[in-house]
Amino acid sequence: MRSIRAAAVGAVTMSLALAATACGGGSSTGGGSNDSPKTLTYWASNQGASIAIDKKVLQPELEKFKKQTGITVKLEVVPWSDLLNRILTATTSGQGPDVLNIGNTWSASLQATGAFLPWSTANFAKIGGKDRFVDSALGSTGATGKDPAAVPLYSMAYALYYNKQIFADAGISQPPATWAELVADGKKIEAKGKQALGAEGANVSENIHHTFVFAKQHGAEFFTADGKADFTNDGVVAAVKQYVDLMAKDKVIPVGNAEYAQNQSVSDFAKGKTAMLMWQSASANLKSQGMSESSYGIAPIPVQSGSPGTGVQTNSMVAGINLAVFKNTNNLDGSTKFVKFMTSDAEQKILNTAYSSIPPVKTAQEDTAFNTPANAVLKNTLATSAAALPQVADESQFETAVGTAVKNLFADAAAGRAVTTASVKAELEKAQQQMPAK
Amino acid sequence: MSSASSPMAPPRSFIWSRRIFLTLLAGFVLVPVYVMLSSSLKPLSDVTGKFRWLPSGLTIRPYIDIWSTVPLAKYFMNSLIVSVAATLCSVVIAVFAAYAVSRYEFRGKRVFTVTVLSTQMFPGILFLLPLFLLYVNIGNATGIALFGSRGGLILTYLTFSLPFSIWMLIGYFDSVPRDLDEAALVDGCGPLGALLRVVVPAAIPGIVAVAVYAFMTAWGEVLFASVMTNDSTRTLAVGLQGYSTLNDVYWNQIMAASLVVSVPVVAGFLLLQRYLVAGLTAGAVK
Amino acid sequence: MRKNPSDPAAPGPRRRRGERIRRIGLPYLLLLPALILELLVHLVPMVIGIVMSFKELTQFYIRDWGTAPWTGFGNYKVSVDFSAPVGKSLLHSFFVTVAFTLLSVAFCWLLGTVTAIYMQDNFRGRGFLRALFLIPYALPVYAAVITWVFMFQHDNGLVNHVLHDQLHITGKPSFWLIGDNSFYALLIVHVWKGWPFAFLIVMAGLQNIPKELYEAASIDGAGMLQQIRRITLPSLRPVNQVLVLVLFLWTFNDFNTPYVLFGRAAPEAADLISVHIYQASFVTWNFGTGSAMSVLLLLFLLVVTGVYLVITSRGRRSADV
Repeated sequence: MRSIRAAAVGAVTMSLALAATACGGGSSTGGGSNDSPKTLTYWASNQGASIAIDKKVLQPELEKFKKQTGITVKLEVVPWSDLLNRILTATTSGQGPDVLNIGNTWSASLQATGAFLPWSTANFAKIGGKDRFVDSALGSTGATGKDPAAVPLYSMAYALYYNKQIFADAGISQPPATWAELVADGKKIEAKGKQALGAEGANVSENIHHTFVFAKQHGAEFFTADGKADFTNDGVVAAVKQYVDLMAKDKVIPVGNAEYAQNQSVSDFAKGKTAMLMWQSASANLKSQGMSESSYGIAPIPVQSGSPGTGVQTNSMVAGINLAVFKNTNNLDGSTKFVKFMTSDAEQKILNTAYSSIPPVKTAQEDTAFNTPANAVLKNTLATSAAALPQVADESQFETAVGTAVKNLFADAAAGRAVTTASVKAELEKAQQQMPAK
Repeated sequence: MSSASSPMAPPRSFIWSRRIFLTLLAGFVLVPVYVMLSSSLKPLSDVTGKFRWLPSGLTIRPYIDIWSTVPLAKYFMNSLIVSVAATLCSVVIAVFAAYAVSRYEFRGKRVFTVTVLSTQMFPGILFLLPLFLLYVNIGNATGIALFGSRGGLILTYLTFSLPFSIWMLIGYFDSVPRDLDEAALVDGCGPLGALLRVVVPAAIPGIVAVAVYAFMTAWGEVLFASVMTNDSTRTLAVGLQGYSTLNDVYWNQIMAASLVVSVPVVAGFLLLQRYLVAGLTAGAVK
Repeated sequence: MRKNPSDPAAPGPRRRRGERIRRIGLPYLLLLPALILELLVHLVPMVIGIVMSFKELTQFYIRDWGTAPWTGFGNYKVSVDFSAPVGKSLLHSFFVTVAFTLLSVAFCWLLGTVTAIYMQDNFRGRGFLRALFLIPYALPVYAAVITWVFMFQHDNGLVNHVLHDQLHITGKPSFWLIGDNSFYALLIVHVWKGWPFAFLIVMAGLQNIPKELYEAASIDGAGMLQQIRRITLPSLRPVNQVLVLVLFLWTFNDFNTPYVLFGRAAPEAADLISVHIYQASFVTWNFGTGSAMSVLLLLFLLVVTGVYLVITSRGRRSADV
């Protein structure tokens, strides 16, 4: 045993000595330069059906950019499972891309790290001004009162996708506009032996997006006005319970969906197994799975009563992708040019069409390509009845904590355990305590 | 390998219990392997619907599609380069270190062996971020790109297998009679000559065992690879995750790709398993 | 630790002085590469990790972690305050890991040993079976675990198909990847993947038992079981000492299996500590607390290993006498 102690002491002293020299570092705190004006690295998020498809969509556009500016863009499409980690490690090390896509809900969290170039009025002026962008999209680019951390690139909204054939078979003439109608329609559909509504019970982000909207409809907020977590107020508890009850009590979501986390609910819908799906901009996705555009309809997500609007009539989050410039970039001017290029009317039309999203740029949005019935619903939702997720620094922790709580509740419901107000509150209590203390 | 040890013919009851036990165990081991194989030959509709033991139709489509859904060939090359390099370096370094410990008496010997072995208990998660920072800082200071490069990954993986390798080889070298290297020394070889000409050849089974272990460690690692690689250096273990996309989980392609990835290691492993058992017998477990 | 069988090293004729110096220097030279690499990849990062555990390293500071404020033992206090949620969930995760590790090591060892003993004699198909049994160990983790994910699915998985549809053991299909069963799912996968290693080691250990021992015993009239009890198992003791320790450490620190099986948010019932810490650091972006938790884990493993070695070595010594 003596040898182990000796070894431990030896190891610690040796490495302390070495670490003393190695540890002083952190990352370099560069503020961006123009040292390498001819190249750019761009991390794109995975928007298409696969990474290969994304490359096919983006590469020709990058060629155009090169023709215009002489700047070569090195593209890497980062899968969603890796994206946040990669951004974190890039932030920690200062070695990252020049320009990158981020999920717009992360904006405030990443803004807090100080890793991204703030979009001041002067910076916005370089890409044509802040006014070019739609307000709802700008609402999800960082904490209010601060310069945005990113620029909107693609906008998306949730809608209710429904299978026309199944609806017809069940004798339903129009899509449900309220939750009560949805549940009633669900029963009719299940009577015909089909599954009513698909959900991703084990997908933390999807859970957050839906419960956020339900909370809005209950007039509740997850954060107090001064940014404190408040997950256990009656409104939030009722909201979460209502969502989970779609499986637990109303039984319109099949129990098997409780373990879905890899978009299995989308392929269930595409295959005609389920009649309804609440998803953001799913058209391109469904098409690639072989579902023809004429076989499904798109309607706004239901509300408690009445029709979608603001406040308690909210029926979607503002979903989307933002484009950020890494502060440590060695090609600041090139990065800005690239953002300008990507948000130009022409590119916005091409890219948003390819990904069946809506351009957050006003002038591009007016293009006829975005006036199809499907896009009309999405556009209308974004313009009138979508709300941005809380723009607080703890947003990503909030997504994880509450999303996991909902996942656990779905697991309970699926196992046949009762989901009560008390059990919902207990899960949310746990989630709240995991939030960083202020 | 020498067969059999107990000279007495085993009783009937023993033989029967053995048959039953081994059959059940073979079933347990084989079912996932069968699932992997059969699912890789099924059309997508079969693998996304209710499970069925027999495919409704056989197709080799998944084996064609896997190469285009994900740049599998590139990941394969990356994994191969990283694993082979890590294995070679690890074996060479372990041979030197084990030879020193086995043949020499020196101050700090116990400290060295215990320290090296104790790194086995470090939770990887503890040094993931620090290691990453260290690589980045080394890169900034010296211009040697470790982070994001294959070199960094090779360095990391080779140290993962190093402790176990050194420890196993010490045992193996101890079992190689000292008279052999003494003779070589008398013949005029230096200590290194003795190591390379006498000890290493005598320890081939042990070295192969160590190499197999090092290769497998590098081939399957997920955590460090997910943080330390980028698009051009990504390895298979991480790259395979690309088959569950925004769209759908291509189970048949996942299974086909898993199989393609597994075949070289499994085949190599099974070919070399004799050495492995022999190496372990003489080295680790003596 | 191992004993060096022939201790007073390097006998041989006396040599000249310069050579002696070279002789003294040589072992260090041979060790140097291994030493440098271990320092670079394991020890220095470990020390950096320990330093981090005393810092408040949240998203606000990760960009330049040199500037992160020191928190003293703050991160540790949070981690071990078992009445508060962070500590409570860490403790829960710790217990889950302990239970999982004990069960997994026990099953791996048991399966490995029994199989090795059964396969000690030559019989038809032995070589084939041995190769077959080693397949799970040889498979890359991702490939093996993802196959189990496929089989454990609620709606379309093989496990429910067999248990529910074909054998009608369960009243309704069970969930394996979420909820309480996830613990068993994890255990099954881990044992499936890990037991061949125990098999391999024990098999190698059995080769070293001299045949004479068995011959003597059978002349004494000892039956099969008695031979196993009196000769095989005692002879395997030193092998088992190392095997169990190695299995324990690998299982306790295993990250790949739960990560591929459940993704980054593991179900509570299968919340292994490595994934728990990963989540504490990478998902909630609190690397200080994550490091503190890892340091605690390391301390625990050090203590367990130390105690284990003391106990088993003492037992071994008295057995040798």
